[in-house]
Amino acid sequence: MSREDIQTGLAEILEEVAGVTPADATPEKSFTDDLDVDSLSMVEIATAVEDKFGVAIPDDELANIKTVGDAISFIEKNQG
Amino acid sequence: MTDIQLPAVAPGARILGLGAYRPRRRVTNDDLAQMMDTNDEWIQSRVGIAERRWASEDETLVEMAVAAGGKAIAASGLAPDQIDLVIVASASLRVPIPGIGPQVGHRLGIPRPGSFDLNAGCAGFCYALGVASDSIRAGSSRNALVVGVERLTDVTNLEDRTTAVIFADGAGAALVGASEEPGIGPAVWGSDGDQFNAIEIAAGSSTMTMAGQAVYRWATTKLTETLVAAMERAGVTPADIDVFAPHQANLRIVESMTKRLGFGEDVVVARDIVQSGNTSAASIPLALTALMESGEAKSGDLALVLGYGAGLTFAGQVLVLP
Repeated sequence: MSREDIQTGLAEILEEVAGVTPADATPEKSFTDDLDVDSLSMVEIATAVEDKFGVAIPDDELANIKTVGDAISFIEKNQG
Repeated sequence: MTDIQLPAVAPGARILGLGAYRPRRRVTNDDLAQMMDTNDEWIQSRVGIAERRWASEDETLVEMAVAAGGKAIAASGLAPDQIDLVIVASASLRVPIPGIGPQVGHRLGIPRPGSFDLNAGCAGFCYALGVASDSIRAGSSRNALVVGVERLTDVTNLEDRTTAVIFADGAGAALVGASEEPGIGPAVWGSDGDQFNAIEIAAGSSTMTMAGQAVYRWATTKLTETLVAAMERAGVTPADIDVFAPHQANLRIVESMTKRLGFGEDVVVARDIVQSGNTSAASIPLALTALMESGEAKSGDLALVLGYGAGLTFAGQVLVLP
C-alpha cells in the first residue's frame, strides 16, 4: 500500500476515533499538540490500525509515534 | 472403602439482596484541581469521572463492609444465622494478617461462617460471586455474603495525577442463596499473567501504579470475548440482556465495550463511575445498587457483569437482579 493510501486510511481512523477533520491529518501534524489526540485515543488508533492495515503497534512503539508521518512510516515499514 | 457422601445439590443460586456503602466525603474534580495539576475538563474527557467518594478515617474497610453487608442481608430478608459463608473481595487490605472476612461476619452477627478474603484486583467481586454461587450449588454452604470493599485512597499517590483522579473508596455487597431457577450463570474467568505488573503496588512501595495505555488496550480488545462467553455459557443472547454493568474503571472503556457488544438504547448501561470513580472490587455492586435505587434497573432484570483488573484478571457472568 502506498504512503498516500495509508494516509487516507489513517485519516479515516482519526476522524472515527478522535473527530479529526481528514484534511487536517497531514504528516507533519503532532497527534498530541496539533490534533488534540490523548494517550487513550492513541491506543484506540493503534487498535483500529491493526484492524484496518493488519499492522500491530505495541505500546513501546506507540510511545515513539508522535506525528501522523511517524504512524504512516511505521505502517509502511511493517505492512505484510 | 466407604464412599464419600455428597449433599443434594441446589439447582441454582441467585442474588437475594444487594447493599452498598458510599463514604460521606464527596470529592469533585474542582476539589482535585486544588490539590494537584488537573482540571475538570481533563478528567471528564480522559476517564469520565465527575466526582468520587473518599473514605474518612473512621470509614475503615471493616466498617464499610459491615454497612454494605448489613444492607444486603436486610434486603434479602434472611436472618444472619441463615448465612454460613462470608467472602470479602478487596485489593486495598493494608494488614496481611488477619483477613477481615471473619471480623465482618462477626460484626454482622453471622455465627461462625466460613470466611476468607479474596484478592483478584478489580475483578474480585465477580470472582467472589462465582465462588459463592458454586459453593451453594455444590452444597458447601447455604447462603453466602459477598462483599467488595476498597479504600483505594490508602494506596493512591496524590502526586500521580493519572491515577489520583481515578481511584476512590466504597463498598458493595450481595447476599447469595440457593434457588430453584438459576439466577447466576457460570463465571467465565481467566487471567493474563504476562501483564502481572501493569497494575501493581511494587515491592517496597505503598502506592499503586498503572500502565494506563496497556490496561486500556487490554480492556477494550481482549475482554469482549469474555462477555460473549459469559452470555453463551448462561444460554442467553445479547437481546436478552436488560442491564450491562462492567467494572467501572473508565467511562471510555464502558462505552467501548457497550459499542463492541452492539448494545443499543434498550440496554441500561451502568455509568456509576461518573459519580463514584473507580472503586475496584466494590464498583459492580455499587453500580447495580445505584441502578436499582434510581429505578433504571428492576427486580428480575437480566444483568451482564464483568470485573477486570490487576493480575491481570477478569471474570464475568450473567445475573438475575433481586
